[in-house]
Amino acid sequence: MIGSVLTPVEYLGHWSINAVRSLGRAGYLTAGALRALRNVEIWGPRIATQLYAVGVASVPIALFIATFTGMVLAIQASYTLTGAVPIYLVGALVGKSMILELGPVLTGLSLAGRVGASTAAEIGTMRVTEQIDALETLAYDPLAYLVVPRVLAGLVMFPAVIVLATAVGILAGWSASLALLDMSSTEFVRGLRLFFEPGDIRFAAIKSMSFGLIVTGAGSFYGFHAKGGAGGVGVATTRAVVASSLLILVLDAFWAVVLL
Amino acid sequence: MSIELRGVRRAFGQHEVLKGLDLEVLDGETLSIIGFSGAGKSVILKHIVGLLQPDTGEVIVDGQDLSELDLESLNELRRDIGYVFQFAAMFDSMSIADNVAMGLRRVPGLYDEEIASRVRECLALVDLEGVEDQYPSELSGGMLKRAGLARAIATRPKYLLYDEPTTGLDPVTLTVIDRLIVRMKEELGVTGVVITHDMDSAYRISDRIAMLHDGRVLISGTVEEIKASDDVLLRSFIDGRPELAEKAS
Repeated sequence: MIGSVLTPVEYLGHWSINAVRSLGRAGYLTAGALRALRNVEIWGPRIATQLYAVGVASVPIALFIATFTGMVLAIQASYTLTGAVPIYLVGALVGKSMILELGPVLTGLSLAGRVGASTAAEIGTMRVTEQIDALETLAYDPLAYLVVPRVLAGLVMFPAVIVLATAVGILAGWSASLALLDMSSTEFVRGLRLFFEPGDIRFAAIKSMSFGLIVTGAGSFYGFHAKGGAGGVGVATTRAVVASSLLILVLDAFWAVVLL
Repeated sequence: MSIELRGVRRAFGQHEVLKGLDLEVLDGETLSIIGFSGAGKSVILKHIVGLLQPDTGEVIVDGQDLSELDLESLNELRRDIGYVFQFAAMFDSMSIADNVAMGLRRVPGLYDEEIASRVRECLALVDLEGVEDQYPSELSGGMLKRAGLARAIATRPKYLLYDEPTTGLDPVTLTVIDRLIVRMKEELGVTGVVITHDMDSAYRISDRIAMLHDGRVLISGTVEEIKASDDVLLRSFIDGRPELAEKAS
């Protein structure tokens, strides 16, 4: 009887302790990574590789998602905007939705899968095969070698990929409007420009940078704390993708409240 | 005294692995540490190179207390310590040459030509010429161990730590590795600490042998002293007779 009453309490206690422990570890890793920024001679030579892995290699999947999102958005907008609502608002809806929400969030989520998983798997494998220990014995700061170049690449390349994907999404919506919705370019562009604010780009860029930080940071964190063998790496990878996906949605709401 | 551990205690969660361990490694000698699996032998090596810190006690290497060193000073000291990992721990995304060069790239004032020449020299020392451009996944277990040794000696360290260097090797490769360990001492003058379960190997390579049990050094001595010892746990380990260990406990 007592056991059955205590079990949820114990569970809550364990959960709380683990949550505090994880927060402590994340803080420790963050502080270490900030300190490691001064070791430019370690992370500097690795930055180009990471810019490519995080950014350039993510472009195809980001553009694929953006293209279909832009097309579907235009078709659904025309379906919704019927009757007295002017058709040129399709352009406004596609542009505003892609820039403020769908471009950053859908691209961010897809990169959470691609970049977050590969970061956690690579660092996790290095952890369980003692390669991170080997780095330390060879006088390398593993945070400078593994974490800093990835996080910096995320901060730079997420906004770049997201801006590109957003532009392609809008172009796809435009093309779909011309081909399928009997709209002219003039109408689409009129709608696109109607509610466009330059601040929207700033909003999307800030959001994207925070997504880049979270995805590469979560991947590094879970990879660094991977335990055991292949199973441990699998757990770390799953956790990294789930955590970064959830945090992207939380950050999305946060920036909407703070910046809009 | 080149390496000294004084009163080292280290627990992982509730499980205390080292319980006030005292250990000395003399300058220029090769000390083998033996003991049952899970006794904490590898934990000792990780303390010596600063990968783990003791809960209490002191780890002194080359006259420096590791707990008093900042990261920069610790890395300076690590250039004098080579670590040969049990499963080699080679960086699998790099060629063997790049693996061996990793430590050298952290040495100030070394140019690419000098690094390349040092890599060739180290690979030759472990009889691994011609594998510079291969990747770790392309090498056999014995070759990987030798490549790991080449990486460990590349910075010409004063100390070499070997974590089960011969485990899982065939008898011929095992002898090759043993000879290399002896060569490291004789030709490079390094002080060595070897974790091993293989008593034949320990007898061949060691100046002294220490047995770890229950978080402390149970017994230590020269090869002859260890061979002549009638300590029940030591005999149980050496002769592979678990009934002796059960009686003793």
